[in-house]
Amino acid sequence: MFHTASTTPEKLVQMVAALLLFAAVMGVILFVAGRLGGKKHEKWVGYLYLLPVVLMLTIGLVYPGLRTIYESFFDAAGKAFVGVDNYKTIFTDDDQLVVLRNTVFWVVLTPFLATGIGLLYAILVDKSRFESFAKALIFLPMSISFVAASVIWKFMYEYRPDQANVKQIGLINQIIVWLGGKPIQLLIESPLNTFLLIIVMIWIQAGFAMTVLSAAIKAIPDDIVEAARLDGVNAWTMFKNITVPSVRPTIVVVLTTIGIGTLKVFDVVRTMTGGNFKTSVVANEFYSQTFRADNQGLGAALAVLLFILVIPVVAYNIRQVRQSEAR
Amino acid sequence: MSTVTPLATESDLVASKPSAAAVAKKRLTSPWASLTAIVIAVLWTIPTFGLLVSSFRPESKIKRTGWWTFFADPQVTLDNYRSVFGANGGVNMADFFVNSLVICIPSVLIPLSLASLGAYAFAWIDFRFKNFLFIAIFALQIVPLQITLIPVLEIFVKIHITGTFWTLWLAHSTFALPLAIYLLHNFMREVPAGLIEAARVDGAGHVSIFFKVMLPLLTPALAAFGIFQFLWVWNDLLVALVFAGGGNEVAPITLALANLNGTRGTAWHLLSAGAFVSIAVPVVVFLLLQRYFVRGLLAGSVKG
Amino acid sequence: MFGQPTSPRFRAVLAGSVSAGLIFGMAACGGSKGSDGTSGGSSASSIDCAPYTKFGDLKGKTVTIYTGIVTPEDTPHINSYKPFEQCTGVTVKYDGDKSFETQILVRAKAGNPPDLAIVPQPGLLKQLVATGKAVAAPAETEANVDKFWSKDWKAYGTVDGKFYAAPLGASVKSLVWYSPSDFKDGNYQIPTTLDELKALSDKMVADKKKPWCAGINSGDATGWPVTDWMEDWMLRLYGPETYDKWVNHQIPFNGPESTAALDAVGAYLKNPAYVNGGLGDVKSIASTTFQDAGLPILDGTCMMHRQASFYAANWPKDKKVAQDGDVFAFYLPGKDASTKPVLGGGEFVLSFADRPEVKAFQTFLSSDTWANLKAKQGSGWVSANKGLDQNNLTSPIDKLAASILADPKAQFRFDGSDQMPAAVGSDSFWKQATAWITGQDTKTTVDNIEKSWPK
Repeated sequence: MFHTASTTPEKLVQMVAALLLFAAVMGVILFVAGRLGGKKHEKWVGYLYLLPVVLMLTIGLVYPGLRTIYESFFDAAGKAFVGVDNYKTIFTDDDQLVVLRNTVFWVVLTPFLATGIGLLYAILVDKSRFESFAKALIFLPMSISFVAASVIWKFMYEYRPDQANVKQIGLINQIIVWLGGKPIQLLIESPLNTFLLIIVMIWIQAGFAMTVLSAAIKAIPDDIVEAARLDGVNAWTMFKNITVPSVRPTIVVVLTTIGIGTLKVFDVVRTMTGGNFKTSVVANEFYSQTFRADNQGLGAALAVLLFILVIPVVAYNIRQVRQSEAR
Repeated sequence: MSTVTPLATESDLVASKPSAAAVAKKRLTSPWASLTAIVIAVLWTIPTFGLLVSSFRPESKIKRTGWWTFFADPQVTLDNYRSVFGANGGVNMADFFVNSLVICIPSVLIPLSLASLGAYAFAWIDFRFKNFLFIAIFALQIVPLQITLIPVLEIFVKIHITGTFWTLWLAHSTFALPLAIYLLHNFMREVPAGLIEAARVDGAGHVSIFFKVMLPLLTPALAAFGIFQFLWVWNDLLVALVFAGGGNEVAPITLALANLNGTRGTAWHLLSAGAFVSIAVPVVVFLLLQRYFVRGLLAGSVKG
Repeated sequence: MFGQPTSPRFRAVLAGSVSAGLIFGMAACGGSKGSDGTSGGSSASSIDCAPYTKFGDLKGKTVTIYTGIVTPEDTPHINSYKPFEQCTGVTVKYDGDKSFETQILVRAKAGNPPDLAIVPQPGLLKQLVATGKAVAAPAETEANVDKFWSKDWKAYGTVDGKFYAAPLGASVKSLVWYSPSDFKDGNYQIPTTLDELKALSDKMVADKKKPWCAGINSGDATGWPVTDWMEDWMLRLYGPETYDKWVNHQIPFNGPESTAALDAVGAYLKNPAYVNGGLGDVKSIASTTFQDAGLPILDGTCMMHRQASFYAANWPKDKKVAQDGDVFAFYLPGKDASTKPVLGGGEFVLSFADRPEVKAFQTFLSSDTWANLKAKQGSGWVSANKGLDQNNLTSPIDKLAASILADPKAQFRFDGSDQMPAAVGSDSFWKQATAWITGQDTKTTVDNIEKSWPK
């Protein structure tokens, strides 16, 4: 059961076996929990329920996290202690500074634009006749893997030289040519290329924002809306004073979730430009340094940087959670 | 002028209460608003549509002309799809398809179950360190999974499970837990305390409350998160790159597509068909289950 | 759902799942020795099995070999193993992975390496040996290498005085692809010195043609063809000894030699009059994939394309690759007609296990038997194995490459970036070269690469 399966039936059997094993483990936990009756033993039930979770998280996230922080103070091979040298590199090396610049662009533009478009669209199609269909269209990119999305947009951004017998095969360049311009090597021109890659991410994430915000909008209590309507407010005021404040917690959740996700994504950059032409971001750089340049120390430092960048976002999120708990 | 108008009935009043969005929309539902929505929808769909069209065009056409010329000169072929399923020295996506399936299903069911238990504990059981643990688990979302790769791989090697699906199942399940617990915890708190109390009075312990009270109410949320997790795992590349290393036996379809893009980066005809095969399942899953999805999210937002 | 936890029904379900799980588990365990490749039966083999009998009875054993060679180039390899499998009863599991270069390091470090790995870079070889998981080559393999390869080749497979990895295949990189008919029509002569090459390019410009086309886009590895250009020029302008010093960092990367070599390449690649035939401007070199870069030769919009022998696989199937065909290659000339520096690449077979079946397979791969078997499979492959009978090579380009490799005057040097540490050879060299094509000046480029060299 713990070896490599090679044929399809084998794989399926392995999967079923694993699920049954897991069910058995759950069964044991529940069985024991059931035996612990009464208020006195309540907290043991709590601990028991959390046992597998805490175990997995400690081994799978906490331990590696601590180890990475430790490794970031060592050199490429992980042997010699170099203090904060790796961090110095990140903040002084020209190429690394470009990486930081790009990452900032990504983390600022993606959440706000994706959320903005998602919110707008959610309002526009709410309660319309084709609402389901309309929303499915925007959500579609979300179900596509980043790699597939990169392939799709490669088709969009493709460049062919401006020569007599050569036609454009990328839509963007074709439009440029139709409008009388010359084709541009879109993915080579910096910083245009970074913005074009960000567009791919916005294209993907808007669906998520739209779905979550749509649910939140539908949950706005009708009385408030009715009262405002009776007061005769126009659409813009309604939007500004009623809609947005009511869904503010959801907007925060969406912004922060997209923000955190954007920080971690490297597939788009890796697939479309390989991180060349000044498009690399911290997550991609981490992969390059750790797995290609074999520089464990610098890779670890970049990962820690990712950590640090995410903290304010998550802290804000936690504050919101605490505030909503207090309600 | 002196006709007697009947009083408006209750139902009339109820029927005429619009939602905030509807009111906003009413003003925005000038032709401009509908146009904007349509423009956005079209813009969003064009790239994928282009890929779909390309996947049915002959290789030579794809390399020299844009997919929009298809409508002027339609030439359809199934060769690209045949190639990605093994013919003509292409890649056989069918195997990777099975792998993706085998990876995804446990990677969804396991974290869902574990997170449900954990979220329940946080929501309805009192124990020491509860708040600390909750914040800690929530905060683990900040750990980018990149940093876990090598240390966890070393552990997997020590327990001799590399090259099997177990590495992927365990990895994906672990990474999903923080967010899952957070989301499910939110939903669980929405369950009225009265229901729990009533069950307690009836003598039910935590286990039966969990199964008889919680789970039924929680189904939309579980479905919602399950779908998200399924999509996430199906589309994952990085975890597969590192933990499925060493064999096509466990490589999922994203890995196959990335390889196709790398080695045959110019084989657009293969890329387009391959990409489409890889997105077929997630798109179908989403289309079929989007109701539950929305309902699930809705369930968490309705307050009182 | 399950009723009370201690109820009989619950307990029954619990017991049921545990037992079902166990039964399934055992079913999944039994009878599933993954068998990729042939069945390894003891049918008569087409080769002499004697050299492998000394490794003992190997029937039923498995050897895993991990490589970056994927579809469709993997098929000839897999086929060439069959006679060995028939001889010994060993099953060889071939594993091709596009991310080989990163994965093999991860696997070695984490303690999960394959039995054998086909390593395409001496630099990577050094890193793998440094993990402590690699084992030295067995004596039989080393004997083969002493017999069939030059000292240079053996040195590339040696780390710290210990011999680890036998060479496998090879490629010649000092080649220029061209169209024989276009050359005839334009009355162009194959150049025999670098000066003649320059003059030829100028002549083509005067004839209102773009002489060169190039493309360096290659996903993660974008930029690698520029490194080949620079290495070729380094070899030619300063000779093999200086080249070695450069590769081993005994002279700095931003020293006068490298700078001059890169500028000499720039006279070609960054010259708007020379590039980019049929593809656009200088910058289009960065956006054109290396696979597409030579194709304009077929249209006549480009005259010459400097690229390795393995580029042969990129020409459309209906084009003839031969002296009298649509496209062929000539040797990139040295500084003068008397020197014959040859830049090339190749792979080495590194072992992580010292089981007898692994040793037997290693020995097989390093033999002339295997080289000839592989050559007969066709599809553009060459080896520097002296036991290779060139008549077994099926294509003219392979014969050309083999004759260059076998030429006694040839000064063979392995691709430089493949020998340098990964932080340079697989990262900064590529990235800086790409930036250089899109406008970065030479000095910044070499300075950045020098900075990235691990201390």
